[in-house]
Amino acid sequence: MLEIRGLSKSFGGVKATDNVTLDFADGSLTAVIGPNGAGKSTFFNLITGALRPDSGQILLNGVDLVGRSPPEIARHGVGRSFQVASIFPSLTVQETMLAAVCSDQRRAGVLHRRFPLAETRERAEHAMELLGLAGKRDSIAATLSHGDQKLLDIALALVLDPKVLLLDEPTAGMGPEERWRMIDKVRELWETQKITVVFIEHDMDIVFKIAPVIVVLCYGEILATGTPDAIRNNTAVIEAYLGTEHAGVPA
Amino acid sequence: MTEVQAEPAADALRTPRVETKSRHWPYLDILIALAVFLALAVLPLLSGSKALLDFVIRCAAMGLFATSLNLLVGYTGMISFGHGMFFGLGAYGFGLIMQRTGMPVPLAMVVTLAITAVVATIIGAICVRLKEIYFAFVTLAFQMLIHSTILSWSSFTGGDQGLRGGIPRPVFLGIDLSNHVHLYLASCSLLVSGLLAMRQIAQSPFGYTMRMIRDNEMRARFIGIDVWRAKLAIFVLAALFAAIGGIIMALFVSGAYPEFAYWTISGEGIFINMLGGVTTFLGPMVGTVLLLTLNDTVTRLTEYHGIVLGIVILFFAIGLRKGLMDFVVEWYAHRRDGEGGRS
Repeated sequence: MLEIRGLSKSFGGVKATDNVTLDFADGSLTAVIGPNGAGKSTFFNLITGALRPDSGQILLNGVDLVGRSPPEIARHGVGRSFQVASIFPSLTVQETMLAAVCSDQRRAGVLHRRFPLAETRERAEHAMELLGLAGKRDSIAATLSHGDQKLLDIALALVLDPKVLLLDEPTAGMGPEERWRMIDKVRELWETQKITVVFIEHDMDIVFKIAPVIVVLCYGEILATGTPDAIRNNTAVIEAYLGTEHAGVPA
Repeated sequence: MTEVQAEPAADALRTPRVETKSRHWPYLDILIALAVFLALAVLPLLSGSKALLDFVIRCAAMGLFATSLNLLVGYTGMISFGHGMFFGLGAYGFGLIMQRTGMPVPLAMVVTLAITAVVATIIGAICVRLKEIYFAFVTLAFQMLIHSTILSWSSFTGGDQGLRGGIPRPVFLGIDLSNHVHLYLASCSLLVSGLLAMRQIAQSPFGYTMRMIRDNEMRARFIGIDVWRAKLAIFVLAALFAAIGGIIMALFVSGAYPEFAYWTISGEGIFINMLGGVTTFLGPMVGTVLLLTLNDTVTRLTEYHGIVLGIVILFFAIGLRKGLMDFVVEWYAHRRDGEGGRS
């Protein structure tokens, strides 16, 4: 269970995250939406330790993550992907996975053995299978298509066996068809891996179709939380963000 | 709003990937090293040229130094302008211990490396958190500090005259380092075993941690890698191999001079890496042989050797945009792929 308690962060007087309190149940799938500058990415950066909150608590199964460094938080079981795919351009897909498993097994500092370690193979293989990257194992990451780089970024988070997976706009920069493929993949991962998934998404059709729970952020505050139906009919959300296009349309 | 984002991919493309596929058989490296050592070992029997053996000894000293710099620059993306300080530290540390304590040679080497490790840990702890250009200049500043210390503490270091009067080299295990061939063989074995050890580092899981840090330090942090600790570790390891280079140099000239700790040594290391290329393990070794050959021939032909060397480095940096080994490996890969495509 990931619990956020009174989380706040300001940048020079601008409240990027304003007293956010939220629970993410184990095994839940949540979409975070909100206009540009609503503080969505900041929210992820606070959870993963990239930024330090001004106040508040982030509890993962009762352990407070605030004040811990990104590597520590990653080892506690929070994996993340990035809006712009964040990968290791000169490594192959397979090397990326193997090296990440090494890190997760606390073997990133091993000097006396040769890379790759036999005990990292199975997990690396599994992650590549899950993301459909097994066929591109020997491709150098920089040469992958945009979509595959996004998948590799997610694979990097998933290969660590996280308890919570934070996906920052997994469909950013993709065409309509590719978007749906990616989001089906996200849903499939959530269903098969039984992990807590939180994703940021701009495409409202996608959000309303697949997310059981939606969180709407606006100016750093939670504007609304609830099921797609509740959000669709929430007047505050309609006024601030959705407009009338999606309002009141039955699911 | 602060957003954590990936480094532009194009940035990392500057160092194209050209790894050799020897991973299936790690013992291959050891076999190659043995073969190279044997080839070097029979050289004194084939040629009576003292100059040739001298050349190989100098290649051993500078080659170990340049290859260790490549662990930082090419593998981890840490561009140090002060790596030469550890070369100087090795030379002075070893020279001083031998002159003042009369320790056996192997023990003096171990003590020198221990001192280097301590100094590198302290300097590294200050430097590794700094970003690119700041890291480069603060390492340079430490180099200048060590150089000034050597110059001004003349009662201990001999000041600008260096360590004079020769370095005593008592015989150990039947090895007499004042014998030219013995010194040659010892240098070759230090070179080969040093290269093997660095190759092991580069191909170990830690070597891949280094590559991840080079490619995308921020991403490495988010998959659980303690980047600063890893950077400090490789900073200290690289310093040790640079110090071995310095020890060989001190043995070769039977002394130590302030130039060994001057920033120009670091510059030469960078220069060698640019000549040979940083994307292959042996690039710096090739660069060393190139630079020393150039140095020797050009200084014999003209007094304006600086101009010639400058033109050469411009040719590599602007013309080829890569080192010689990078160029060779890419050309080979291109040719192989080309043939594969046609068949």
